[in-house]
Amino acid sequence: MTTQINETIRLDVAGENALMLYFTSNVDQSSEQSALEIPPEISPNISNDVHQAVQLIRSHFSTEIVDLIPSYASILVVFNLLEIDHHRLRNKLKSVLNQCHNASEKQGRLVELPAYYSLESGVDLARIAKHAKLTVEQVIALHQAQEYRVYAIGFAPGFAYLGEVDERIAMARLTTPRLKVPKGAIAIADRQTAVYPAQSPGGWNIVGLCPIDMFNAQAKPSMPVEVGDRVKFFAITKSEFLELGGLLSNQVSLND
Amino acid sequence: MTDSNNALGLKVTSAGVLSLIQDAGRYGAFNLGLTNGGPADPLAFYWANRLCGNELNSTVIEISLGGLALTAQIDCVIAVTGAPMPLTINGQATELWRSVIVAAGDSIHLGFTQLGVRCYLAVAGGFDIKPIFGSTSTVCRESIGGIRGGKLIENDVLPCQVVTKAANKQKQLMLPEHDQPKYSNEVLLHTVLSYQQQHFSRIEKRLFFSSEYQVSKHWDRMGYRLQGRAIKADIDGILSEGICYGAVQIPADGQPIVLLNDRQTIGGYPKIGAVISQDCAKLAQCRQGDNVRFEPISISQADNLFHLNLRRFTQTSLITYT
Repeated sequence: MTTQINETIRLDVAGENALMLYFTSNVDQSSEQSALEIPPEISPNISNDVHQAVQLIRSHFSTEIVDLIPSYASILVVFNLLEIDHHRLRNKLKSVLNQCHNASEKQGRLVELPAYYSLESGVDLARIAKHAKLTVEQVIALHQAQEYRVYAIGFAPGFAYLGEVDERIAMARLTTPRLKVPKGAIAIADRQTAVYPAQSPGGWNIVGLCPIDMFNAQAKPSMPVEVGDRVKFFAITKSEFLELGGLLSNQVSLND
Repeated sequence: MTDSNNALGLKVTSAGVLSLIQDAGRYGAFNLGLTNGGPADPLAFYWANRLCGNELNSTVIEISLGGLALTAQIDCVIAVTGAPMPLTINGQATELWRSVIVAAGDSIHLGFTQLGVRCYLAVAGGFDIKPIFGSTSTVCRESIGGIRGGKLIENDVLPCQVVTKAANKQKQLMLPEHDQPKYSNEVLLHTVLSYQQQHFSRIEKRLFFSSEYQVSKHWDRMGYRLQGRAIKADIDGILSEGICYGAVQIPADGQPIVLLNDRQTIGGYPKIGAVISQDCAKLAQCRQGDNVRFEPISISQADNLFHLNLRRFTQTSLITYT
């Protein structure tokens, strides 16, 4: 059961109490069929639409919506079956999201995160440089030159998917994930980058360490970023990293 | 809220395989990447609270497989529901699905079950645990909830209300046997076709709904990985998107994974549909080797079943016993 809300937003079923909103870029679509066949893509404009739709939904609904999961080009809408059914929710979402029609240029906040880039903290820097036929300094420069966008948060509490990494330093995930990636590791997977909020297993390529907590249950807010925000990294020295509370003791455990 | 540092309640003398603090679950924290947690079998959870006269989302202990032993430090009322784990109080066999008065010094023990997986132990007034992000539910993978973000361990104290002598005289409640859920090694999972269902051909869908699957050795609160007839999607992956409770993920090897309470909130594997909540609860009572089949259901039928089930729960009354 698919409902086309407008040229760029499609509404589908997810589960008993959940609907999916899918977003595409505003391209010429002659029929509903073609909308289904256009593969979703990663783009700042679509992310803007997602961000805007989240705000609209939050302001027009209260307890009938239990929670939302915004991602690259979709929003999962989980609703309360005791308060609304999927028919009424469809209709209400349709009328609310029609206000989304003119995708605004409105952008999220800019959040700057300190990054200690070095061969010591970025254990994969040399490998990325070799693969990209660049120097380590160039890899670092390219990583911090980019303004990223928070496309999604998930995988683990506080894990923000940032995109997109400069093509030249894009790097596939390790074939065998590491058992232990340290808290604060700044890493690359394909054209995405992220800061590991806690020590965990992981297969992303590590370029540095960030001393800022990406998730702290006791802090308010618990995360420095939210979906739709823009993120820039700026290089700091080892002593600045340590002053900001960064830890080097958590060494990467290599099993590859 | 009492100060849990010195508050009395039930003390863990043996934690069993996996015993977790749970309330109805954590909602509204998806934006931080936090999943729902909550009882794997919500129906048994709600009954445990009703038997104790509690608000339905009061904090209980979810016991998987068995082996939990507790000592009461105060007089209180408990109820155990769910899989038929042998319950003893001071060594005396005690029925599940009823409220039981426990005196200070009593020892409560839950043995292991061969059928079903999870039990719920509620206490009148609920356990007094500090919520985090709006819930006391424990999600071990996230180190969130419960007492320290993990499973119960020996010597943990779960504070709860003292039940006064006057209240003790109140009649005790039980759920008649014919109203108790039955647990089985075979479950039928009603599934709403959704998400990437258009990427599964008519033949693949037919295979999916006509094949019998077994629960593999990978079954936990995050999800149940099944094994049986492989199902193929015509895509390898999708842009990561939100995953709802009960979503059926089909990874490259074609073996379905039904995602449950502790699932990751987003993911990039194709999904063929989502199992309805009342059947997710039944699946969560299954273990390795149990048989699973899927049956398609429309979203309207799913909606009807949800309300029917809810009505059955609210209309069923507890009876008193002495």
